[in-house]
Amino acid sequence: MLNYFPEEVLEHVFDFVTSHRDRNAVSLVCKSWYSVERFSREKVFIGNCYAVNPERVIARFPRVRSLTLKGKPHFADFNLVPPDWGGYVYPWIEAMAKHGINLEELRLKRMVVSDESLELLAKSFPNFKSLVLVSCEGFTTDGLAAIASNCRFLRELDLQENEVDDRKGQWLSCFPDSCTSLISLNFACLKGEVNAAALERLVARCPNLRSLRLNHAVPLDTLQKILTQAPQLNDLGTGSFVHDPDSETCGKLKNAMKKCKSIRSLSGFLDVNARCLPAVYPICTNLTSLNLSYAPGIYSNDLIKLICHCKKLERLWVCFFIKLIHYTYFFSGVPLSNQGLNWIMQILDTIGDKGLGAVASTCKELQELRVFPSDLYGVGNAGVTEEGLVAISAGCPKLNSILYFCQQMTNAALITVAKNCPNFIRFRLCTLNPTIPDAVTNLPLDEGFGAIVQSCKGLKRLSVSGLLTDQVFLYIGMYAEQLEMLSIAFAGDSDKGMLYVLNGCKKLKKLEIRDSPFGNVALLADVGKYETMRSLWMSSCEVTFGACKTLAEKMPRLNVEIINEGEEIEASPDDRHRVEKMYLYRTLVGPRRDAPDFVWTL
Amino acid sequence: MEGYSKCPQLLDLIPKDKEWVVKRVEKTSHGLSEEKTLELRLGPPGGEWTITDNKNSSFGYNFTKSPWQQHQAMRQMPVMNESSQGCNNRVELQSAEKMKAFSPAPANNTAVPNSQKRNAPGPVVGWPPIRSFRKNNIASGSCSKLSSESPDVGPPKVSGPKPAENTGPRSLFVKINMDGIPIGRKVDLKTYDSYDKLSLAVDELFRGLLAGYLSQSDSCAGGMKDKEDREKGIGCLLDGSGEYTLVYEDNEGDRMLVGDVPWHMFVSTVKRLRVLKSSNSLHCPVEANREALSERVIELGRKATILR
Repeated sequence: MLNYFPEEVLEHVFDFVTSHRDRNAVSLVCKSWYSVERFSREKVFIGNCYAVNPERVIARFPRVRSLTLKGKPHFADFNLVPPDWGGYVYPWIEAMAKHGINLEELRLKRMVVSDESLELLAKSFPNFKSLVLVSCEGFTTDGLAAIASNCRFLRELDLQENEVDDRKGQWLSCFPDSCTSLISLNFACLKGEVNAAALERLVARCPNLRSLRLNHAVPLDTLQKILTQAPQLNDLGTGSFVHDPDSETCGKLKNAMKKCKSIRSLSGFLDVNARCLPAVYPICTNLTSLNLSYAPGIYSNDLIKLICHCKKLERLWVCFFIKLIHYTYFFSGVPLSNQGLNWIMQILDTIGDKGLGAVASTCKELQELRVFPSDLYGVGNAGVTEEGLVAISAGCPKLNSILYFCQQMTNAALITVAKNCPNFIRFRLCTLNPTIPDAVTNLPLDEGFGAIVQSCKGLKRLSVSGLLTDQVFLYIGMYAEQLEMLSIAFAGDSDKGMLYVLNGCKKLKKLEIRDSPFGNVALLADVGKYETMRSLWMSSCEVTFGACKTLAEKMPRLNVEIINEGEEIEASPDDRHRVEKMYLYRTLVGPRRDAPDFVWTL
Repeated sequence: MEGYSKCPQLLDLIPKDKEWVVKRVEKTSHGLSEEKTLELRLGPPGGEWTITDNKNSSFGYNFTKSPWQQHQAMRQMPVMNESSQGCNNRVELQSAEKMKAFSPAPANNTAVPNSQKRNAPGPVVGWPPIRSFRKNNIASGSCSKLSSESPDVGPPKVSGPKPAENTGPRSLFVKINMDGIPIGRKVDLKTYDSYDKLSLAVDELFRGLLAGYLSQSDSCAGGMKDKEDREKGIGCLLDGSGEYTLVYEDNEGDRMLVGDVPWHMFVSTVKRLRVLKSSNSLHCPVEANREALSERVIELGRKATILR
């Protein structure tokens, strides 16, 4: 019946189908739907750039305008993947340029982006509007200059946490006077200076600018001038926030802040004098997102004062820093009384938890929280324990996403958290010691995580840590029905653990495991499973060459890559030899041709 | 003080031979002895902080060697080590009672099954899992900036401290006094952009004064040797190894060790400087008796809980 709809109608209906998963589903219904869908798809998402190649994507989606690509495996973030592993964007840009694709938007994550690619990008696509680079590397400010100079209709240049070589050229000054279309500009990750006057002029001529994130080199008085020109901002990332708090500049800043009634998201403070923080209090009442995770040493008491103004906060990224009173009060060689000492210890132990307590009592709308470890003074993360997490879970019922680095954890706390917050979509817990047991009972943390997966029926992403046996994986396999991504480190006792997960989690897309005793039996038990997943990473586990070869033979549509670093690469290593790092992923296009010497595709 | 590392870490100043242990009053803990002796060590309630030598990672951990990881060539790190060693040290908060599974003598721990085996020895690559960008770009503690012997903790990639331009007054004079010298000086902090330069300047500033003062006060004693010593200068101020230590009073009236915070932050909070004779620094100059000291600590504790 549906076949009798004219294609135009189908296309119109499909316009309302926006998520790529829904679009993928639509395209599987029948041939004509597949055909209509592919010609009408404008946004293409490719979760693994090696699962497919540019030619095939262009052939299937000739009208693509927006491309999202992800390159390296997630563990590359933590230095587990050697440089030059791969993930180059150039072939994609080249292919799209060659085929006359009308590219408007490019979003890349963990890819290698050269200046050449940026130059080609800037010159090949006259309607190019939006460039978003997250955790990428390989380019310099020269590449950015090319983008600024050539992309006449650029709306968005968003650089998040990239390693960029700063060439000291004036890339920002390359935006021509005719450029007035900027909506979003984020260069917080750049190390070098930009011309302040050029920046102010750019901001002044872009009336649609909504999001501006400055880098460390932009001083506070420039910020003040910019805010006066751009009171319409929604999202602000300050650069350096250091000044004499009693100065006229700070006074002007506070006044400018008062006029910025639309700011909902605040970040930056890449260098900060806490005494200047009150300048931002006027905007705190309406803030929904606050990222202080890059702010060095805002002491907990200043942080708490700030947070107490932020009653509408939905998203908070933070570290907790402790200020230690001069050691003469401790190490006098004279024993302190018990009580005195207890005070000190409690302060040190719980300052972070107290901060979280403040968050719990103020931020009732909180949905996402990330607590990073503080490392000032070399004291380690003295301040954040399970108490803070419990307080947050009790105070913030809407919490659905958490990344929590902590000194210690208990099953009781996790069970309480699970009861308080059944809505978690992302739950990532990281104990600073990866195999620490329950701080009170000394037992593994199996029961705690078990409670989380049982209670949070919508859980899509989970990272576990602490002392864990196979039992926790039994729970995960049993209960985590919606789980798509699982990160495991230093956990489990035997192959059974991994098997529970592979058998149980039907929606699993990404599994990454390090330093856990899972071996060949688990790897080979259900080889078909890997074609239903995007990728599997295993490093410092018990899988051998022989098993990897077997797997590669059985599954031609998987690339099984072995990463050998620093070892002599033997012509044919013993099958019984353990594999240090294995990364496998489904692919339509066979082994990649840009793999370096140290990567073998079996 | 002998035996101290170059880094002005807070706990570097615990003399090697002193073992100060905190015993927590309330909670009982698995296997931890209940002695009530009051020795002092900075650590979490009932536990101890151990100082470990982590050359490779800012967040190194100590684990016992595990059978199934024997073939991995990793260093075994001592768990209990009361002397600090390298400048990259991060003081590990390892409460002994809580980390039973990992100490070299887990005699009291029977609750944990063979999962203990898995503990990885030595500093662990990529743990805790923090993006390298974040690790490199958050301005970290003093060591990475000051020490030349810390190749593994790279200098923060954020553009380092530079003379302040357009950020406030052109000069920042603060008083600086030195133990044993009745007359103070003033230094303009804006003329320096790093702790090293400040330290050198202070050294030069007081060297002459000290020489002059000493020669006045002990006119008969000494001879060549003393004169040499005097002209040697006052040594390294920042790392606890010299005879003197540089401290400052901040905007909240607290006396703090110079060198912990990023330079910019230091400049914005410093009110005055002082050069202490290091042997003095272990003794509270104001409160020399136990009761007063304890009360002061309690008072501090109360002040700090206003954070709530």
